[in-house]
Amino acid sequence: MSEKKTKGQILWELKEKIKQMGPERHKKRIKEQGKLLCRERLQLLLDPEPIVEDGILANCLAEELPADGVVTVLGKINGRDVCVMANDFSVKAGSWGPRTVEKIIRIQETAMRLRIPMIYLVDSAGLRITDQIYCFPGRRHAGRIFHLQALMSGMVPQICLLSGPSAAGGAYIPTFCDVIICVDKFGAMYLGSPRMAEVTIGEKVTIEEMGGARLHCEVSGVGDVFVTSEEEGIQKIKDYLSYFPQHCFEKPPVAEPKEPEKDPAELEKIIPENQNVPFDMYEVIWRIIDAGSWFEMKALWAKEIITGFARINGKPVGIIANQPKVKGGVLFVDSADKACRFIRLCDAFNIPILFLMDVPGFMIGSAVEREGILRHGCKMLYAVSEATVPKISVVVRKAYGAGLYAMCGPSHEPDACIALPTALVAVMGPEAAVNAVFYNEIQAIQDPKERFKFVKEKQDEYREQVDIYKLANDLVIDDMVPAWELRSELIKRFAFYENKPGELRYPKKHGVMQV
Amino acid sequence: MAEIISPMAGVVAEVKVNPGDKVEPGQELFIIESMKMMIPLEADKGGVVKEVKVGVGDFVNEGDVVVVLED
Repeated sequence: MSEKKTKGQILWELKEKIKQMGPERHKKRIKEQGKLLCRERLQLLLDPEPIVEDGILANCLAEELPADGVVTVLGKINGRDVCVMANDFSVKAGSWGPRTVEKIIRIQETAMRLRIPMIYLVDSAGLRITDQIYCFPGRRHAGRIFHLQALMSGMVPQICLLSGPSAAGGAYIPTFCDVIICVDKFGAMYLGSPRMAEVTIGEKVTIEEMGGARLHCEVSGVGDVFVTSEEEGIQKIKDYLSYFPQHCFEKPPVAEPKEPEKDPAELEKIIPENQNVPFDMYEVIWRIIDAGSWFEMKALWAKEIITGFARINGKPVGIIANQPKVKGGVLFVDSADKACRFIRLCDAFNIPILFLMDVPGFMIGSAVEREGILRHGCKMLYAVSEATVPKISVVVRKAYGAGLYAMCGPSHEPDACIALPTALVAVMGPEAAVNAVFYNEIQAIQDPKERFKFVKEKQDEYREQVDIYKLANDLVIDDMVPAWELRSELIKRFAFYENKPGELRYPKKHGVMQV
Repeated sequence: MAEIISPMAGVVAEVKVNPGDKVEPGQELFIIESMKMMIPLEADKGGVVKEVKVGVGDFVNEGDVVVVLED
């Protein structure tokens, strides 16, 4: 006996079919490439329940376009509400039609309305050119996705996992996010595909060379986190969120405090007293932060500066640290860029900032002037001035020239600038200063021995003039602590500063920051 | 074959390898004095030194090839 299906059954079956995603042949191909399917990613990312999906019936009257190639849901990550947009590569290579675009816009509007983080799982070939007049130029067409991303920026966290291609205009989705997690071999973003480049400018390159994960994480600086699998990437999304509030009017979440992985008592041995000898700043970081709490941003790019999220006594902190081991910790155009972006990210979401200084200054020479080092340096200083979150700067060792300002020295309104006894704060190092001031005298001395003696004497005098106790005596720095006390000092100070309302600012629309 | 390039402008203070030497990834090849700092230059991959292009006292610019390695 065959019973007629009820309306409810028909609907239920249709939705179940849509959840099976695109045609089997496409899904098979994706699996063969070693990629996850769209809904598998969501399963790994979100708590099993509750999940609500909007627009599952988008384009349900068309053949082979389930959900119109994008899944948009409200779900939870470790109990916290999030909005997610996930391209479905099994449906016409994740390409965008008019309904795809409308769905993306709606989930963004939902995230803004509810003030919850917006996550983009990107894997798409781009706009369906045949549909362009219905989804490219208009008010609620593709451009609005990026327009909303700009408006949402700094209001709710925007996170991108790049596990597939993201071409042309579509590449702005990742780029507008606060963080881009790039999956090696699969994730790629570029304005023009290799095929387009060959046709229009005659360049022959592979997808990897054009915009692969490695390129963006190591060379261009567009990527933030390099991962070797999608599973690792999804875990990174969860880790990242653990340092962030739901929106810009909340404080970041607090975790169980943990002792550092390495003993703070060893700090004094790690920092060499000779200013010219490099050391590894990570060894300082591991002795300050809670064990297991480290989320580094742009770890493979501009390595002379370290930027990452950590917890100190359970509370999130953004750390900006010079790395003397790489390029002497000198600030270059890329390092200033990296630091500026990180400072603004912390400040937007109420994450206090810790500056660890060992900086010989900004790089000099004609090469960096041509790259606009002034413009980039200005940008970093600007971001430091703008940031109203609790800020503590620590002079670990040297802080020369504008490096002191860029790392939130006393002039840049830190809540405290504290020094270790190894600190040396000056316009420039003794070698450069003596050369600059006594150039003619040094040149006039014929005997090399005499000359060496003269220079040595002058350098010693200079060191005495800028002795850190003199600076403490004159209240230039707020306090000096032995290295082994640094962590406990920071815990106490950050606790006092945590309810800081933010300094008064002149009313205006916005500044005109160098970029 | 891999080319090791100078990460920044400066003067070569010390050369720690000779042609024919086998080097490991992470091994120090050069010390470059720049911005009054002694900055070590490490091999990003291993290999055998084919050519050392600069000597102590030479000025190198960012991006200059200083050592050529063979696999």
